[in-house]
Amino acid sequence: MTPGALGPILDRVTRVRGVRGAMIVSGDDGLIVVAQLMEGVKGPAVAALAASLANRLGRALEAAGLGASPFWHLQAEQGALLVVPTPTGMLVVAVADPDVNVGMARLELLRVAEVAR
Amino acid sequence: MTVRAVEHWLLDPLHGFVREAQARLVLVMTPAGQVLAQSGFARALDVMASAALGAAIAASTAELARQLGQPPFPVLSHQGERHGIFLSRCTTGRGPLVALVVYDLDVTSLGLVQLFFEQLAAELVAASPRVAAPRPVLAADFERELDDSLNALFRR
Repeated sequence: MTPGALGPILDRVTRVRGVRGAMIVSGDDGLIVVAQLMEGVKGPAVAALAASLANRLGRALEAAGLGASPFWHLQAEQGALLVVPTPTGMLVVAVADPDVNVGMARLELLRVAEVAR
Repeated sequence: MTVRAVEHWLLDPLHGFVREAQARLVLVMTPAGQVLAQSGFARALDVMASAALGAAIAASTAELARQLGQPPFPVLSHQGERHGIFLSRCTTGRGPLVALVVYDLDVTSLGLVQLFFEQLAAELVAASPRVAAPRPVLAADFERELDDSLNALFRR
């Protein structure tokens, strides 16, 4: 699937109320494959740092013998970061408002991950 | 990681970059290959060889870009099995600078190096002195200046 074709798939995530942007990120190098972001969201910075975090988190889970994480959610004061890693090393990332419907956003991220794998 | 600089205004920004990007080796040089700062190198010979090669790559790709009728490529990246090489340029008050960064793929990523390089470039622009009036390069001074630079870069 080409990055161009992945763009419309991200609509599913960005249509969820409270989602400020969604991206598919290459987990190995932290670069954006495709993104739909509202103005003010620093895509390249979020992509690079989320990929680094996913990498370290994956190692920690592995070291603890807990297996892979299918979804993680970082809640901050002014928003949330939601990430679904795919088996091929991609990350589907959403940047959201603090009051986002996490369940709905998670469902859509998992659907995108299914298509992007 | 030890950072050494011929010009002291480079030290703080470079320290921050090496720490944040977790770069293994860094060279900051002029497009002609004159090294202004380094981090991670142990031998002067390695610095001189890497600077010459980095400057040559930057010059070759700038010429390629010129032939394609576009501005010089802002970033050049090579990835190997274990290490990546990132070559980029920025324009400061001191003149154009080229940075060569070598990083371990299992420690950091191209995205992080690129992200923190943008920050480094902004800090270098802010910290750089205004360029001094160019003076002729004399053969008599060349060896002494090279020696001074290597002393500063390796605290010999």
